Amino acid sequence: MSEIKNITTPLTEDVVRNLRAGDFVRITGPIYTARDAAHKRMYEALQRGEPLPFDVRDQVIYYVGPTPAKPGEIVGSAGPTTSGRMDKYTPAMIEQGMKGMIGKGLRNQDVVAACKAHHAVYFVAIGGTAAVISQSIRSETMIAYEDLGPEAIRRYEVVDFPAIVGIDIEGNDVYGIEQAKYDKLK
Amino acid sequence: MREIDVKQVTDAVAKCCVDSCYYLPDGVLTRLEQAVDKEESPLGRQVLDTIIENAKLATAKSVPLCQDTGLTVVYIDIGQDVHFTGGDLWDAINRGVARGYTEGYLRKSAVDDPIFVRKNTQDNTPAIIHCRIVPGSQVHLVVLPKGCGSENMSQLRMLKPADGLDGVIQFVLEAVRTAGPNPCPPVTVGVGVGGNAEQAAELAKYALARKIGEHNANPQYAELEDKLLALVNQTGVGPAGLGGTTTALAVNIEYAPTHIGGLPCAVIFNCHAARRAEATL
Repeated sequence: MSEIKNITTPLTEDVVRNLRAGDFVRITGPIYTARDAAHKRMYEALQRGEPLPFDVRDQVIYYVGPTPAKPGEIVGSAGPTTSGRMDKYTPAMIEQGMKGMIGKGLRNQDVVAACKAHHAVYFVAIGGTAAVISQSIRSETMIAYEDLGPEAIRRYEVVDFPAIVGIDIEGNDVYGIEQAKYDKLK
Repeated sequence: MREIDVKQVTDAVAKCCVDSCYYLPDGVLTRLEQAVDKEESPLGRQVLDTIIENAKLATAKSVPLCQDTGLTVVYIDIGQDVHFTGGDLWDAINRGVARGYTEGYLRKSAVDDPIFVRKNTQDNTPAIIHCRIVPGSQVHLVVLPKGCGSENMSQLRMLKPADGLDGVIQFVLEAVRTAGPNPCPPVTVGVGVGGNAEQAAELAKYALARKIGEHNANPQYAELEDKLLALVNQTGVGPAGLGGTTTALAVNIEYAPTHIGGLPCAVIFNCHAARRAEATL
């Protein structure tokens, strides 16, 4: 088991260069939430030549649609959603300078290629552990597309957000590497 | 004849929605704890520990286990001697969903039309309701909040009779491998065999409505459930898909008579948060 690497956002080239698929990380700093509908809108804005609602350069986007916060809580339950649904939009976001993504599940080859070409990193959080993950979220600010409700873009300030490097800048994929070790049918 | 006010149905559905999203069934938690001891991957054990910690934290704080509180699947078995009063039964079920998701601070994940507008209905209705008329004078409800990460990995294949048992086994394993990390393993694998295309899918989903630990009543199918569970856990997918020997907690099979020319087979997954609540009126 590798040691835990503490990293801060926005990400820098020095940080992402030292991350390898399978590394445990704790992320501290601002991250931005966006999932299906917000990605579709941002993608369409880019196609029309319009600016994105926030500057994504060096930023990390977290694929999440939280539950509503209960009274007295900062956020509701806020675990990762399946990243593959964002694959269609992701290379364009990476080309805009986005440096990191947090989600769960498989990515397609276009995303892997964009991570390699532009030195972006895909972090994996453990799906279905939203109550635990929410403890690392210290504040929430509405940024854009408020009408999308749980799919609106929010900025979270997180402290020690737990994740694992899923795809590194060389294109290594933690899922493929780890699953192969325990595949007893091949 | 027994009269039941539909308000009782609304109350029961609302409570089931909230309880199922906050509190993991005891049997599922026990399975997860047993899995930690058997898991070969150190990373896999760590993932399982986090999943268990999450379930306990959600219970302690009465908050949703997962942000995806799903579309709401409701199974309602109605005794044929029951007469509902006080309004429309389907409306009563949907009012229960709306109240549970609103008052329980659950995420509203339903959109009205799938292609053009995709406007959120704001209260997670409509529920997906499966109704059976059964003997007796009771009403039994099972509420299954079903997230989309697992649902999106569903598969239906119209196998040929010649594909037989081996065809079913290979199809299930292929579905598990293709799904990989996406349905949040360790999963429950629901398998529907026989009937026709839509019945196989309904059976696969109904298999997920079972309490964990229950087997098919037919010994041959019960044996196949154990065999498939062992095979699924040799695929290497592991907890969260990050490798290991705990890919599924259970494989549940439901079957139905089918056509001489067919062997329909559907696979639908439930995530490790195998949420379920029931009520009897």
